[in-house]
Amino acid sequence: MAPHDIRRPFKRPAISDQQRRRELSLQRQAQQRRDAQQQVRCLASSVLSLQFPTHETELEPLPESFHEHEAQLGTKPEEESEPRSGDLDVRQASKLRGAEARKWFARQLMLPEWMIDVPDRLSEDWYVLARPAGKRCFVVSSNGTTVSRLRNGSILHHFPSALPAGARTRDVSGSVQSYCILDCIFHELDQTYYVIDMVCWRGYSLYDCTAEFRFFWLNSKLAETGACDPPSRYHKFRFSTIPVYNCDQSGFYEAYTVAVPYVKDGLLFYNKHAHYQSGNTPLVLVWKDENCSQYVIDTDNKGQIPTQQQVS
Amino acid sequence: MAMEVTQVLLNAQSIDGTVRKHAEESLKQFQEQNLPSFLLSLSGELSNDEKPVDSRKLAGLILKNALDAKEQHRKFELVQRWLSLESSVKTQIKQCLLKTLSSPVPDARSTASQVIAKVAGIELPQKQWPELIGSLLSNIHQLPANVKQATLETLGYLCEEVSPDVVDQDQVNKILTAVVQGMNAAEGNNDVRLAATRALYNALGFAQANFSNDMERDYIMRVVCEATLSPEVKIRQAAFECLVSISSTYYEKLAHYIQDIFNITAKAVREDEEPVALQAIEFWSSICDEEIDILEEYGGDFTADSDIPCFYFIKQALPALVPMLLETLLKQEEDQDQDEGAWNIAMAGGTCLGLVARTVGDDIVPLVMPFIEENITKPDWRQREAATYAFGSILEGPSPDKLISIVNVALSFMLTALTKDPSNHVKDTTAWTLGRIFEFLHGSTTDTPVITQANCQQIITVLLQSMKDAPNVAEKACGALYFLAQGYEDVGPSSLLTPFFQEIVQSLLTVTHREDAGESRLRTAAYEALNEVVRCSTDETAPMVLQLVPVIMMELHKTLEGQKLSSDEREKQSELQGLLCGCLQVIIQKLGSSEPTKYVFMQYADQIMGLFLRVFACRSATVHEEAMLAIGALAYATGPDFAKYMPEFYKYLEMGLQNFEEYQVCAVTVGVVGDICRALEDKILPYCDGIMTQLLKDLSSNQLHRSVKPPIFSCFGDIALAIGENFEKYLMYAMPMLQSAAELSAHTSGADDEMTEYTNSLRNGILEAYSGIFQGFKNSPKTQLLIPYAPHILQFLDSIYMEKDM
Repeated sequence: MAPHDIRRPFKRPAISDQQRRRELSLQRQAQQRRDAQQQVRCLASSVLSLQFPTHETELEPLPESFHEHEAQLGTKPEEESEPRSGDLDVRQASKLRGAEARKWFARQLMLPEWMIDVPDRLSEDWYVLARPAGKRCFVVSSNGTTVSRLRNGSILHHFPSALPAGARTRDVSGSVQSYCILDCIFHELDQTYYVIDMVCWRGYSLYDCTAEFRFFWLNSKLAETGACDPPSRYHKFRFSTIPVYNCDQSGFYEAYTVAVPYVKDGLLFYNKHAHYQSGNTPLVLVWKDENCSQYVIDTDNKGQIPTQQQVS
Repeated sequence: MAMEVTQVLLNAQSIDGTVRKHAEESLKQFQEQNLPSFLLSLSGELSNDEKPVDSRKLAGLILKNALDAKEQHRKFELVQRWLSLESSVKTQIKQCLLKTLSSPVPDARSTASQVIAKVAGIELPQKQWPELIGSLLSNIHQLPANVKQATLETLGYLCEEVSPDVVDQDQVNKILTAVVQGMNAAEGNNDVRLAATRALYNALGFAQANFSNDMERDYIMRVVCEATLSPEVKIRQAAFECLVSISSTYYEKLAHYIQDIFNITAKAVREDEEPVALQAIEFWSSICDEEIDILEEYGGDFTADSDIPCFYFIKQALPALVPMLLETLLKQEEDQDQDEGAWNIAMAGGTCLGLVARTVGDDIVPLVMPFIEENITKPDWRQREAATYAFGSILEGPSPDKLISIVNVALSFMLTALTKDPSNHVKDTTAWTLGRIFEFLHGSTTDTPVITQANCQQIITVLLQSMKDAPNVAEKACGALYFLAQGYEDVGPSSLLTPFFQEIVQSLLTVTHREDAGESRLRTAAYEALNEVVRCSTDETAPMVLQLVPVIMMELHKTLEGQKLSSDEREKQSELQGLLCGCLQVIIQKLGSSEPTKYVFMQYADQIMGLFLRVFACRSATVHEEAMLAIGALAYATGPDFAKYMPEFYKYLEMGLQNFEEYQVCAVTVGVVGDICRALEDKILPYCDGIMTQLLKDLSSNQLHRSVKPPIFSCFGDIALAIGENFEKYLMYAMPMLQSAAELSAHTSGADDEMTEYTNSLRNGILEAYSGIFQGFKNSPKTQLLIPYAPHILQFLDSIYMEKDM
């Protein structure tokens, strides 16, 4: 048994430049793998074409109507000087200003139809929740800020929030891709955003997920971020979830009668299997009567009843 | 059954090549034709005291090689081969081996010890040869000294060979008792005492239980410490080796002994012979390693997960330890900087001082400053060098606040010394110290910059001037420039180096052409500095980086011109090609990272690729790792156009994937497959059969280093993502591999940190594979094909969710 050599590196850097080159290559490859996977994840996963622009993918342009409502497979080269608002992902959209931005966001909300008959299998396939009265809006958190936009696309608030990427804090999870889109109702009285649906979470699109999953994700993830905490320096408005019930007799009764901290404006019914889609859909329904809403009938600014009633 | 092999064994050592070759051939034939008889003959030869010592030694050596090999795969085969031998044969061989331990011939005994340990390494884990340890120890007290020595040596080798969990505590106790008694001062025979001390070194890993028992630990420690005072230098050295090993294995048990150990080591460092003094210093370096690890991992907070608290031995010993180490700095050897293999007490002491500074931080500064001030201007070069080294050593560890004012004063002194000091040795250390200043105190993290508009010019002038000095000094100057450049890594659009960029690059290229650039790894250091200068360059200097492309290409071209090279020349050519490919890799990555420079760079792409292919062609069996890395960067920069290089490049890609021996090359090539997948997307399809075949072979091989396997799984994901549903035909091969790896990763609880880390990288690879495959199949009707695998995948995800050790 020979003596054991104990030579240590002397006047030498801890790692060689070659090792450094290897490590930098590995880092670059890992980053590119993440980017590539992220890009594909976002491709075709939503009605909003929530994708990242690439220089490589160029597919046949699709008919305009297809752009509006169907999944898209690729970006088109930017031949126009004006950005085509229909093709943008949400991060690009968040950079749009003025009219373009309003036009884009005005098309994104999922809108309920009136409940005019009782759907089949209501108690098995549907959820019910008591809708808060207030301003329906999309809340987008990205790049360290949060913006809420009304149904017509105009900005309601521009504020810091505890949502992922929602404020300029030293949040470890605040990567560029970590944006969120929530479907909310802003309730004036308690200055709270009630979240009625989750559309994107930490860059992951939930458009093609069932309502069942979206609500599950919403209820498990939102509170983790501290977004439901009271307002603070980097969190201007409180967010809150809403109790969602199975639409059986007891669930329905709860939703209809139970006391909530907000002013109720009718009941919303969600089909559990439906994906999120923009525009009106028969898979989300709204019901109003005197017991569950003080706004049974629409009025205009002057308090007059218009000739046609709209769903809101 | 045994045959007479003496003559053939002697012939195998003949100076006459023909005789030797013939003998080797007949030994090989014998082994192939009748292995049991071959092994019996060898063991008979080894045990026979009437045979010449040379044939006995060789017999033992061949036996040993028939039981073990370095290469994992071969080792496994040899183990299986031994286990499948008839037991009567094995018994007979083992009897011969044990008998040899009593031989009067020391070489025969020593060889037999090693072979016994190899057999034990195979059999003990199989619960075979249970009587071995008992029979070795049965009457150790009555044995004559030479047999006792051989027995202890055997125990030492045995502990080195087998893992502690295959030996019962009862037997461990017996081994330790015999070993520690053999070490005791009462043992009159130095050979026995030395063998026992060396055996303890290997047995320490078995002594967990004994070190937890205060009495037993006290006893072992006392005996070890006493052995450090033995009149025999080899025993003292071996005893200090034991202390070094104890310092890392049983750090948390040392508090009671640390004061005594300090006294012993201090005496050894000051008075003992160098091999002993080096081990004594190493003890403190090793304690530093432990405390740095503990403090780094838990940040000084031991409330939560820490297994081992920090005892702050270094902090407590500081007032005595630092002066002891400073003394060693004055014991330099002449020309130690020109000798690559040098290792002496000054170097060990300086290294330890650096570790102490990292362990205690600010506290070391006031203890070292007086030494520096006193010695740095002395006429004796030893004093100036020691002072400079001491200063360089303490630059990592203390806070910048503590150091910055001292450094600002020292900087101009150092620059003067580097130009004017008559001693090569002092200049070497001065340049190294400047490098340390730049490494630890210059850069975006410090508030008050060390390098300013005012002194930048002078610093660069001095460094470039020193690059013309002797190779060892020039090498350190290149190293200093490396860290100088690194400090400007993230400075934004403009860097203080910009005005000097051209001059720096030119000087570095000149260094690479120096006649003596092969000494002191000067050429390597110059290219490394050039790489860092390029990496940290800003947009302002991008045009100059572009100009560098044809220059380096020309250099690479020149390496390809030599014909009929000797193997020595070939090695030098390959090394230089490595440096140049590395440099091109850095340049490609730099220029490829922004669109305008990438666009201009692409005009060189065809030529560069042509050069890389010719570099590959210089070798027949293996591929050049650096060229492979550079091609990965090129593929990324080139994108889909890389397809045109594939027909020629493919065979080298395959060769890289087949390189089991140099697993780094294999790993790098796997990464390049990923790069190419992302560059080519579905255009990679024609090559996928070949690539997948090779990757699957790699995964099933037990020769390939395990670290390459997780990246191979990630690479499956890359391929699936690139070729989409065309991955269909590989599913039936890839999925079972992923499944079995997933199962493996689920059954590793209670493993050590290294295993946990590996398991996590394996999980990561598996997840990246699944993710790539899913995304690849998205929107395809063939998604159905994945459904049968879903239960297993969910189970895997569930197992990760439930996992605690991550």
